[in-house]
Formats: sequence, C-alpha cells, structure tokens
Amino acid sequence: MNRRIYMDYSATTPMREEVLEEMMEFMKTEYGNPSSIHSFGRESKNAVDTARDRIAKTMNAKPKEIYFTGGGSESDNWAIKGYAFANKDKGNHIITTKVEHHAVLHTVEYLEKEHGFTATYLDVDADGLIDLEDLRNAITDETILITVMFANNEIGTIQPIKEIGAIAKEKKVAFHTDGVQALGNIKVDVEELNVDMMSLSAHKLHGPKGIGALYIRPGIRLHNLVHGGAQERKKRAGTENVPGIVGFGKAAELAHENLEERIQEKTRLRDKMIDGILDRIPHTLLNGHRTQRLPNNTNISFRFIEGESLLLSLDMVGIAASSGSACTSGSLDPSHVLLSLGLTHEVAHGSLRLTIGAYNTEEEVDYVLEQLPPIVERLRQMSPLYEEIQGGNQ
Amino acid sequence: MYTEIVMEHFTNPRNVGEIKDADGVGQVGNPKCGDIMKMYFKIDENEVITDVKFKTFGCGSAIASSSIATELIKGKTVKEALNVSNKRVVEELGGLPSVKIHCSVLAEQAIKSTIYDYASKNNKHYEELEGFDPEAAQEDHH
Repeated sequence: MNRRIYMDYSATTPMREEVLEEMMEFMKTEYGNPSSIHSFGRESKNAVDTARDRIAKTMNAKPKEIYFTGGGSESDNWAIKGYAFANKDKGNHIITTKVEHHAVLHTVEYLEKEHGFTATYLDVDADGLIDLEDLRNAITDETILITVMFANNEIGTIQPIKEIGAIAKEKKVAFHTDGVQALGNIKVDVEELNVDMMSLSAHKLHGPKGIGALYIRPGIRLHNLVHGGAQERKKRAGTENVPGIVGFGKAAELAHENLEERIQEKTRLRDKMIDGILDRIPHTLLNGHRTQRLPNNTNISFRFIEGESLLLSLDMVGIAASSGSACTSGSLDPSHVLLSLGLTHEVAHGSLRLTIGAYNTEEEVDYVLEQLPPIVERLRQMSPLYEEIQGGNQ
Repeated sequence: MYTEIVMEHFTNPRNVGEIKDADGVGQVGNPKCGDIMKMYFKIDENEVITDVKFKTFGCGSAIASSSIATELIKGKTVKEALNVSNKRVVEELGGLPSVKIHCSVLAEQAIKSTIYDYASKNNKHYEELEGFDPEAAQEDHH
C-alpha cells in the first residue's frame, strides 16, 4: 500500500505535535501527584488548573465547572446515573432520543431495568432531528432529566440544542448533552445553549485517549460515580491523569483557535465530498441533515452493497473510513441511528461514513472521489440485489 | 481480522456472474441480515457440475466464502457438492472470525439450495437434501 488517507476523525484523531510535547514534560520530569504538597505536586496541580482554564474558555464556562473524567463514556454515565440517583425524590422519568451514543442509551436502559426509572426515547425525522413538540409533550411532572446529544457521531446531524435548553429551563428539567463530537468541531457556548451538563472527550480533538470531562453547571446536584479520594472537588476520585489532562487542555486551546475559519474550510471539503459522491454514483443517498450537520461528516448509503466489503475495498487503496453495517458492529443489526432515520436494513448495511479533519487536503478528497466509483461498481456487479434492479430496467 | 486467503478471495473472487440457462439456481440469506448469496449451476447428464457462478451481497467473508465454495464444487458431482460442509469452507479459507462463521453456513446452504432447485426441476432425490428447506434458508441463517 502506497498512500494512506485517514478519514475516520469521528472515531478518533491523531494527536497534535504541540499536544504531545506538553504532555511529555508531565510524564518525564513533572510527574508529581497533584495532591502532594511538594514542588513536584505543585507543578502538576498548576498544570491541571491551566488545562481546566483552557477547556472552560473554549465553551464559555468557568474553570470550576469542568470536572475531568476517564473519557466521554464515563462522562455520559456519570451525568445520567449521578443526576438520576441524586434527584430520584423529584421524579423518575428521563427523556432521551433513539439516536444517542450507546454510552447514553445503555445507561438509560440500565436505569430503567435496575433502578425503577422510566424513559422516553424520542423519534427523529428522516434527517435525524428530534421534534421539539414531541419533546414538550414528553415532559411530565415526573421528568427530571433530558439528555440529547449535541451532534450525532454517525450522521453528523446537529440537534437544536439552544431550543432544547430553553424548553428544559422553562420546564425546570435538567438538560445534559453529549458534546463529544461537538467540541472542536463547532461553536459551543454553554451559557447561550442553557446546557446544565455536557460530556467531552479529548481524543476527538487531537488530544490523547482515556481523558474526558463533564461540564456541570453550579447548582446541579449529582452523585459520584467513582468514590474515593478528594480529587476534582470531591466529585471524581482517583489520581488525576495529569499528562492526559494537560494534553486535553492544549488540544482544546488549539481547536478553539481560528475555529470559524476551520469550520468553513472543512464544510467546503465536506460539501465537495457529498456532492461529488452523489453526482458520480447512482442509487446513493445522504444520511443526516444536509446543512445542519457537523462540518466534517459525510455519511452516504450505497444501495445494493454492504458496508464492510466497501470498507475493506477502500482500505486496500489506503482510505480509512467506517460504516454502520452490522458486520462492522459485531451485532446482527445495522446501526440503530440509521434505522431510526427510517432506512431499511438493506440500505443501512450499505452506509459509509467519511469524517475529515485538520490533516486532510482537497487532493485527498479528490482521490476518494476518484477511487470510490469503481469500487462501488465492482461490488454492485457482484450483488444479486443489483442484478434484480438492472433486470427490472431492461 | 481476515486471513490472507480470505482477503485474496475477496479481492479476486472466482466465478462471479450469472448463468442464463442454468440447471439450478438458489438464493439464501436476506437483506435484513446484510448478506444474500445466489448461485447458478450447469449440471450435465452425469450429474457433474460443469459450471458455477455466484453473486453475493455481503461482507468480505461472505464474498470469500461464496468464491471458495464455487471453487470447491466446480467439476464435482452433485453428490460430492452436497457433502461440502461449512466446516470445509472455513478450513479452506484458513479460518474465519467467530462472528463470521454464519457466512460459511450460508455458502453451504447456497449449494444445497441450488441443487434443491435442480433436483425439483429434474425430479431427482438426494438423501443429503432431506429436511432441507430452501424457504427457511432464505429467512434466517443466524
């Protein structure tokens, strides 16, 4: 294989050089425990504080509202379980959507199954958007928490977070959003959006893996998920992952620089990719909203073929992508997100997600647009479903 | 995740296509599960499978399983083809991940289903096909 093109930035991102450099110091020379009183400890403590400042700035939050966790999934678990357990005297109803990440869906299901909570899973329309009237109608006296993801990891659709936040505020229900795909990709402002809790992850924005954060608005009460020492203002025990936190802080700071410009550039490349594929290849459809979507996300279903064989073929020409096909998920069903849009199983199996990032070039988009049509055609020529369609057209 | 043999068969699948005047045509699997295999056999008067073609909608291992299965039965008698098991398909591929074993089952069923079609058209009976239900093979193989 000669060239390799990474277009799976929503899965994870490469770490930026500047991020790694700042982290190295806290592995090699400044390895102190932030809880220690000596100079080694103080250096680490300062570094954690700096990172907290940097992350808070990118989302118009205050540093004290940022709590570090072991990643996006932990943040989702903590926000939902922690809030539900701490507020169960107020009610037992949680509202979420059918297109959430499994870290949210499985957590809500767990609360239903094991802890007597009830839940409403809001439908989405063909573009992946929830209906705000549905949300209003779902709220009851028992509702304590709304959790709706900011931007979808598979199809890129961005939910009307500000409007959801306003409804939550009006109805006095807490509002959590999984912002893992949003931070660094689009503008995030917790004040403007009326968000009470937001989950974040470093490795989606060129930071290290295994470190995340939960933004918690003051006054929001939640039980701890990890019990132990007094770290994170007694809310999340465990010695801080100092290099990870430092890396997260630097990555967030860098992601925030020239955000507008980078959104425009990614959007331009994304639109070139989407239009290029839809123009060149028949029997294709775009999954997710055309404009209200992450600037880096292309998700297209190719009818009559299956996603995994498409990924293998792309991999052979050096293109790294992902799919919502069952074969890539280890389960029998294709992506719950794609099925929620109303796609048939067959069409959902044939989906391809290309998520671009800072290191992709226009030339790479051109390369994908050049490689993809013959690959799709080859697989279609092998497909009995395509044969039926062609037979029908003759 | 896949062996070199699987990847080789996925990249250069043998016997892809259709046979217009096939003596037997069989299709198994369904789009809901994400894989469908269709096979076409030419079978001569001595019950030798003289030509085989397949078309598959599915993942890499489904395509590789179909490809190697057609290789295993081309030139063989119907009886021999009926004795090609999914285990044999897996062995010939140098192994499949456990979540992909159903692809080899599908290949075995595609062979049976195609011969079932040939047998029905020619009023032939094979003890290997006793209890084989081509409708069920279309429904669900998981």
